[in-house]
Amino acid sequence: MTKPKVATTSLAGCFGCHMSVLDIDDRILKLIELVDFDKSPVDDIKEFTGRCLVGIVEGGCANEENVRVLQDFRKHCDILISLGDCAIMGGIPAMRNTISLQECLDEAYKNGPTVHNPSGKIPNDPEIPLLLDKVYPCHEVVKIDYHLPGCPPLADTIWQALVALLNDKPMDLPYELVKYD
Amino acid sequence: MSETYNFTIDGKEITGRPGQTILQAADEAGVYIPRLCAHKELCAHGSCRVCTVMVNGRPQSACTQPAGAGMVVENETPKLLGMRKQLIDMLFVEGNHFCMFCEKSGNCELQGLAYRFGIMAPQHPYMFQKKDVDASHPDIYIDQNRCIVCARCVRASHDVDGKSAFGFVGRGIHKKIAFNAEHNLSETKLAATDMAAGICPVGAIIKKRVGFAIPVGQRKYDTKPIGSDIEKR
Amino acid sequence: MKENLEKVIKEICGKHGNDRSKMMDIVSGVHSQLGHVPGEAMGLIAAECKAERIDVESVVSFYAFFSKEPKGRVVIRLCNDIVDQMYGVQRVAAAFKEELGIDFGQTTPDGKFSLEWAPCIGMCDQPPAAMIGDKIMTWLSSDSAREIVRTLKECGDPSKLKHTLGDGNNAHELVQSAVSNNLREKGAVVFAPMELGAGLAAALSVSPTDVIKKMISSRLRGRGGAGFPAGMKWEFTRNAAGDEKYILCNADEGEPGTFKDRVILTEAPNVLFEGMTIAGYAIGSKQGLLYLRGEYAYLRAFLENVLAERRKAGLLGKNIMGKGFDYDIRIQMGAGAYVCGEETALISSCEGLRGDPKNRPPFPAQKGYLGKPSCVNNVETYCAAARIMEKGDAWFAALGSQGSSGTKLLSISGDCKRPGVYELPFGVTLKDVLERVGAEECIAVQVGGPSGQLVSKADFGRKICYDDLATGGAIVVFGKGRDILEIAHNYMEFFCEESCGYCTPCRVGNELMKSRLERIMAGHGESSDLRYIEELGLTMKTMSRCGLGQTSANPVVTSLKNFRSEYEKRVIKREDGMQPSFDIHKALETSEGITGRKSVHFV
Repeated sequence: MTKPKVATTSLAGCFGCHMSVLDIDDRILKLIELVDFDKSPVDDIKEFTGRCLVGIVEGGCANEENVRVLQDFRKHCDILISLGDCAIMGGIPAMRNTISLQECLDEAYKNGPTVHNPSGKIPNDPEIPLLLDKVYPCHEVVKIDYHLPGCPPLADTIWQALVALLNDKPMDLPYELVKYD
Repeated sequence: MSETYNFTIDGKEITGRPGQTILQAADEAGVYIPRLCAHKELCAHGSCRVCTVMVNGRPQSACTQPAGAGMVVENETPKLLGMRKQLIDMLFVEGNHFCMFCEKSGNCELQGLAYRFGIMAPQHPYMFQKKDVDASHPDIYIDQNRCIVCARCVRASHDVDGKSAFGFVGRGIHKKIAFNAEHNLSETKLAATDMAAGICPVGAIIKKRVGFAIPVGQRKYDTKPIGSDIEKR
Repeated sequence: MKENLEKVIKEICGKHGNDRSKMMDIVSGVHSQLGHVPGEAMGLIAAECKAERIDVESVVSFYAFFSKEPKGRVVIRLCNDIVDQMYGVQRVAAAFKEELGIDFGQTTPDGKFSLEWAPCIGMCDQPPAAMIGDKIMTWLSSDSAREIVRTLKECGDPSKLKHTLGDGNNAHELVQSAVSNNLREKGAVVFAPMELGAGLAAALSVSPTDVIKKMISSRLRGRGGAGFPAGMKWEFTRNAAGDEKYILCNADEGEPGTFKDRVILTEAPNVLFEGMTIAGYAIGSKQGLLYLRGEYAYLRAFLENVLAERRKAGLLGKNIMGKGFDYDIRIQMGAGAYVCGEETALISSCEGLRGDPKNRPPFPAQKGYLGKPSCVNNVETYCAAARIMEKGDAWFAALGSQGSSGTKLLSISGDCKRPGVYELPFGVTLKDVLERVGAEECIAVQVGGPSGQLVSKADFGRKICYDDLATGGAIVVFGKGRDILEIAHNYMEFFCEESCGYCTPCRVGNELMKSRLERIMAGHGESSDLRYIEELGLTMKTMSRCGLGQTSANPVVTSLKNFRSEYEKRVIKREDGMQPSFDIHKALETSEGITGRKSVHFV
């Protein structure tokens, strides 16, 4: 029997949630027995090779590339999980959401107290993905099936959620495992 | 004890005393009715509406409704749970609640209720409204991103501290806490020892230099849901 | 300058006895003198009235007619009610904008004009309408808007605006208004002629408890919408402990589409004041308050004069009609807040506070105005009380239908030939009403204003009464081609603006409801959004603290119920898992503007 496939990505996140995935310690060996990883920073597969059972998304959508990747995940995954506070509500990057984009850029590249940028230019290479007007929680861009909050979510939370999904069981997480910090 | 009377909450017999609200009688009987704006040392405000229960089939806020003999009160019904979840969600999307760096996280009553209700993500879209932060006071700062307009600080400062440091301005979604001053918080008489400075259910009023004192795992709602202390009685 | 300000504030506060419960009058006085209430003035007012600065600021910030920031000497408030929208207010708005060179919400650089939108100002029968200062201008067109601005640029005085005078007392020397009564059908209760003092004399000839008995047996129910038996309310207030009691009259009709009280106040003020005086006698009160909505300030001098004449005639003041009964009425002005039509919010406002509703219990009958037992009734209810005393309880009880005795004033506007006020017996069918107003072709009717329900043809056979189609009196007619969702949206905007913000479900719920409706209107809605609306509406109805939040979801919820296909044809179905509400091109617009390049991922 072929193993179900899992894909993961970090959009506008800090990779902390991925660290938490690795934090399941030796259970990672069990995980590899249960699943194969497809597109993921874990195995450095850049594009989907086929259909996946579970897609795990860290981070919200701050730029057009995040949106493209997220939509790609939705297309390729049966079940999509928003992992961590950034995916769920935008997280730290969403602090910019109450400030205009121009003001954010000016502060980051011109006016901020720690900025050293004699040219006064705001980077604008065609390679740089365009920023969105605000940082969007993932479920405001595509349909999300499960949310696992936390910054990052605990390794136990991720493990129990995955085991439940892979065994087709309801995701009843105990009280201690659902935290927003 | 001749003045006591009985009523029921979710079928459980409760004994009430004259002058008690449903919330007070329930607390004494070890029945937890979720609440945010209510505080046992303050007069009732009835604004968060989380404590709404059905009294003889009609919705009433338990913190303002006097208990009465023979009342049939519904509290933990799926319908009320769903609506309370909606209210908690509303407060999350109305403000900008960045739990990951909030000093109050783990001890926050809004977060505690969301945990208790098992909320994984709000069902409403985030509003991301711009809110003010005031750090002018030497010992206290106010972050309105986290404010849930429950008026605990307003009531504590006015009724208990006798200072009226806080009040409300604006209406509708623009209603917010304001200070009894021309410019900022430092001009008010608010002191860190005031009840108003320590009574915020969320992280909107924070005492400076004392944040993050309790390690993760030992905070109020890390392992036990909010309301457990009442249910233990 | 500062000394001058101090002098002004001292004088105004002094005029109101440095009484903080008169904060509405004090703030209003300062506002009309300075054009705004600056922070400095707040501190001074607080000091004079032994209040806190924040108490003053909270009042200034709550009411639409008060402002902390400087406003133009003339404030133009154009009504953006749905009926005004239907009658071309946008063209009028464009003319004002162009002529003044400012947008809505702005003040001209010379400080002469401010331009604002106003929710329903009670002129839906003569739209588009605007308040120019206190002056009401009706049936506006883009031409008349330009003319108004030109005149005001020359003289700066709204009272100099040229217009034809309205009918009846609108032409009275103390009113001099362009407003028309449009009083289409007079019934037996409110608009029948009444000899001055006839109702009062009948009341004073029996004991106060007998007056209440008659009120109860007349089966009169409150005309504001909730329909609480008026006699019972009077009895509760009479029986409440305390010597000092108050009679409050709710003349804050703000429900979009309502204007019946305007016509009563213009044409039958004596019937109203007579009813309030009778209530005072019955309950044991010496003081009545008429809470008059700020939009009707143009009627204030006229009403003050009516009160003065009643005093002269011995119908108010000491020893009324020689019966040893002392009672007087004063007018309390509102300042632009719909929620103050809620009885406990009205009391808050009378007390000089934000117009926040109060917790119940205690009810006003036990603890109302200034903590004293108070009876709050609608304008129309007091009028009915006066007539009941004059003509008898049995006569009144025989009018109307079984559970709803008497007549009902209906304010009818929208797509109909004869908009205006109709006094009809309860029990009349909606179909009958529509025929009278010349609106047989309509597709939808908003009964009871936005907090009521939007009904379809299927309901036109229903009766106007408490047990079927209950209404405070507003009926707005919508003809063929009107967009049901547009109507609901206009009303949701109104409730977002008018929520006091006290409780969560109303403060946040209205905003969420409006934005979800906007999602559907933009073509990004899914059928799950319809379920969302129903659930959110139920939460708002169940969990809100006062009638505003309990009914404010109604425009969407009832239109969804009665016009479901209108919603269903606007929602889309997406199977690909994408959120239709997410618009990548809109999300990238700002960025493309800043960087000057286009998206490579989304072309």
